[in-house]
Amino acid sequence: MIEEQSIIKVGMADLNVGSEHSMIRTTGLGSCVGLTLFDPGKKLAGMAHVMLPSSEIARDGQLNIAKFADTAVPELLTRLLALGAVRSRIVAKMAGGSQMFAFAGGNDTMRIGPRNVESCKLALESLNIPLIAEDTGGNYGRTIEIACASGILFIRSVQKGNKEL
Amino acid sequence: MELFKNFKDFKMDVLKEVGNIGAGNAATALSQLLNKPIDMAVPKVQLLSFEEITEKVGGAEEFVYAVFLRVEGEAPGNLFFILTPEAAMSLLGRVAGIELSGNSELSEMELSALSEIGNILAGSYLSSLADFTSLSMYPTVPALAMDMAGAILSYGLLQFGQMGDDALLIDTTFMEGKNEIEGQFFLIPDPESFPKIFQSLGVPFEND
Repeated sequence: MIEEQSIIKVGMADLNVGSEHSMIRTTGLGSCVGLTLFDPGKKLAGMAHVMLPSSEIARDGQLNIAKFADTAVPELLTRLLALGAVRSRIVAKMAGGSQMFAFAGGNDTMRIGPRNVESCKLALESLNIPLIAEDTGGNYGRTIEIACASGILFIRSVQKGNKEL
Repeated sequence: MELFKNFKDFKMDVLKEVGNIGAGNAATALSQLLNKPIDMAVPKVQLLSFEEITEKVGGAEEFVYAVFLRVEGEAPGNLFFILTPEAAMSLLGRVAGIELSGNSELSEMELSALSEIGNILAGSYLSSLADFTSLSMYPTVPALAMDMAGAILSYGLLQFGQMGDDALLIDTTFMEGKNEIEGQFFLIPDPESFPKIFQSLGVPFEND
């Protein structure tokens, strides 16, 4: 029997949640981080495509909370809890945060990938959510997909092949 | 990003001209390298969401070759020269006379040649732009990447990311012959560069 599976797309600086029969996908992660939360009991999962480490650097206009690590992670948790997830069961996985271009010199913008990863970890820590797997860093792009039924995170890349976490 | 939503048509035209001059010179450089005429589409200047920008090269997952230069100086920004794998191969074959074996892995020599071609084109784009605006613009050493378009382009959107969810993009497409797309230039000036560009061209910059 093939289950009808719906695919939920998460764009850049976006987040979304899904239940058992869906896959959540985000494409073309470079320095951005794809962070997923999963409740194995309720088979609920959520994904955020984080672009920048901290909302403190935001200027001008309204804040897109899905864009920044420090605001996206709490929001994703809130959305998942609203669907009925049990907080104590929630675990996190993440991928991305690579450094696409290698430049000499320590310009901060150039290190955005590693900084995104650090900020995501800090945000998870402050919410007491365990990070059980990650595939971060490197210098290549990734497309990731989480199966909401199993919590398995599928990672595809052009340069390094496929992986499952 | 209200700033850009209020741009009047003529300001968009000014930016189109900026793209036209830059890419026009780059097309000439490419044409000299190839010893063949190169056509260029009229530049498009658009305020696009991040999603739409990656759609312009075929989607976030599309495999592309890109030469990236960070522009520094009075009007900082990001400049990308993007090629499909096929275009990159044919460019290498004809400019550098490198015969490519069927496999997709490029050797260090080939990568270096491609990076240099990108450097020449981007350099001519930028220097003509600097002349036109009399603003100082220095390119950083070019970096070559081969990967998913989304992963590469998102890098050029970080400065805009601090402000909003859209970026203003000056996009020029090169063609050889009929419809064969050879390459695309994306110039994404940092948000704070726009007033400077307009000012240097004598266009008053108010939010009108």
